[in-house]
Amino acid sequence: MANVALSEAEKTFILHGVEEDFRCDGRSRRDYRPMELECEIVNNASGSARLRLANTDILVGVKCEIDTPTSLHPDQGKIEFFVDCSANATPEFEGRGGEELALELADTLTNAYESPSAFDLKSLCILPGQHCWKLYVDILILECGGNLFDAVSLASKAAIFNTRIPKVTAAVMDAGEAELLISDDPYNCTRIEIDNIPILVTVCKIGDCCVVDPSAEEEQCSTASLVVGVSKRNNKCYVSHTHTVGGGSLHKDTMYKCLNLGVTAGATLNDALEKALRLEESRVGNKRKETVGFLK
Amino acid sequence: MTTNVNIRLALDRVNMGLLAQNQANAPRLYTPGEVVTAQQGFMKGHGTYVEGDDIKASVAGVMEQVNKLVSIKPLKSRYVGEIGDVVVARITEVQQKRWKVDTNSRLDSILLLSSVNLPGGELRRRVAEDEQAMRKYLQEGDLISAEVQNIYDEGTLSLYTRSLKYGKLSQGLLVKVFPSLVKRRKTHFHNLPCGASIILGNNGFIWVSPSSRSDGEGGDGGFSQNLSEIIPRGDREVIARLRNCILALAHCKMMLYDTSIQYAYEESMKYEVHELLQQEAIFDVAFLTQHRLRLQEE
Repeated sequence: MANVALSEAEKTFILHGVEEDFRCDGRSRRDYRPMELECEIVNNASGSARLRLANTDILVGVKCEIDTPTSLHPDQGKIEFFVDCSANATPEFEGRGGEELALELADTLTNAYESPSAFDLKSLCILPGQHCWKLYVDILILECGGNLFDAVSLASKAAIFNTRIPKVTAAVMDAGEAELLISDDPYNCTRIEIDNIPILVTVCKIGDCCVVDPSAEEEQCSTASLVVGVSKRNNKCYVSHTHTVGGGSLHKDTMYKCLNLGVTAGATLNDALEKALRLEESRVGNKRKETVGFLK
Repeated sequence: MTTNVNIRLALDRVNMGLLAQNQANAPRLYTPGEVVTAQQGFMKGHGTYVEGDDIKASVAGVMEQVNKLVSIKPLKSRYVGEIGDVVVARITEVQQKRWKVDTNSRLDSILLLSSVNLPGGELRRRVAEDEQAMRKYLQEGDLISAEVQNIYDEGTLSLYTRSLKYGKLSQGLLVKVFPSLVKRRKTHFHNLPCGASIILGNNGFIWVSPSSRSDGEGGDGGFSQNLSEIIPRGDREVIARLRNCILALAHCKMMLYDTSIQYAYEESMKYEVHELLQQEAIFDVAFLTQHRLRLQEE
């Protein structure tokens, strides 16, 4: 992660603040910073979203392409995550500097989406064994202000919600090979069910306490954090993946505490995201006139 | 205890530009490539270039004119140092007889061992032992307040802390804003009546810390840090509120100095500290502060 140097005194100040349940910006340990979301910001992608969480800025674009399913799972589609850490975010990402972090983020997302009850790949299948949709989820990190995991997962979920997959109107069988006819009408499309799609919640252990949504400075003060993938099913939240970040280790009691906090925070976060997404859709309608974008 | 999550839509983004509109004397903002002056007889200063007969802006910012010299001061830029500026800076490297310091300028600044006060305050030649103990005084990551002593030809700043008011900073909070937003004043050290002290570094680094009770004058030339001291909740709230207020003013591109910060702090009292992260509250506080500042001017 982008390293910010902190002096011992600053770290002490942050640490005591977390223990007091009053963080440097006035939040409690369980509060998130305000976020800003906009869907359909990239015109030439099937779906896109931009999420800004304080200083963390994430742009996600989803492209769908027709692919052949693997022989192992002939009835499943594919999803691939690619994270690009822009050198605009921090000079450290220049060249290959951001590669490690990018891989870590992409792997965590892949793992969180892996379970069939978290993300149903079968819905992406067109003709079992022959054709399926492959979703390319391209994530661009434009600015780093801490808590990348949460922001990336929220933005991805929003972009997938925004994704419109064109409908396949007909399949012509030609010598055992199916040829697909894709609808030309941009409004003749299917959507992806996002109810179960997991989000990631980073629970950061600072001192003896756990906090959600750590800022870049707070991340510096923690030795270990736990990324919890939270997926909702039948209005209940489940852990779909966990991943530890940082060099430290966690005691099993702390781990349990972190998981608990992660799941409850994840539930609220999920609800808030879905509410925002539906609100935006109802306000914008089917046709988007103009995007707000980055300026202003 | 519940988690507070607030996801808002970009559609609802508060237009902070409205603040400038109700300002009578809002400065004109030039964009790169825009003609600043087409008249003859002007000289091009920083942030401008000549094309044909026109002087054009090369950065986005406001115009400053000194007699016939026209320059554009960029809104967002790295810190351009001037001798005598108060800066808040972070040590990045310990080298031979000097520290490398990050002052948010284009190049690393330096702090010579000979330009610090040694602990104990005695004035003597720096010997080899002092050189070896340099990391004991200031190590990587430490924050200091200092003054720009000299600017080298290539633009490197040389700092000094040989005054009791400068030195290592203890517990507190660093807020980063654009350097152009910090107003140049007679003093940049303030003990605000709300119970916190701030150092407004000219380089855009602002240090907010609890009001020092014992060492009002800087005390021992500052190498001590009391890490075991726990800042009480009340002080913390003041500091966090100040931080959010400073960021709110900076977000609205308002100048930062003791009065504006104090006003913003007072106007923000109707909000909870964490509510000040929301755009509406930011706008409201900035608007009320602007209003009060204007009343005071009249």
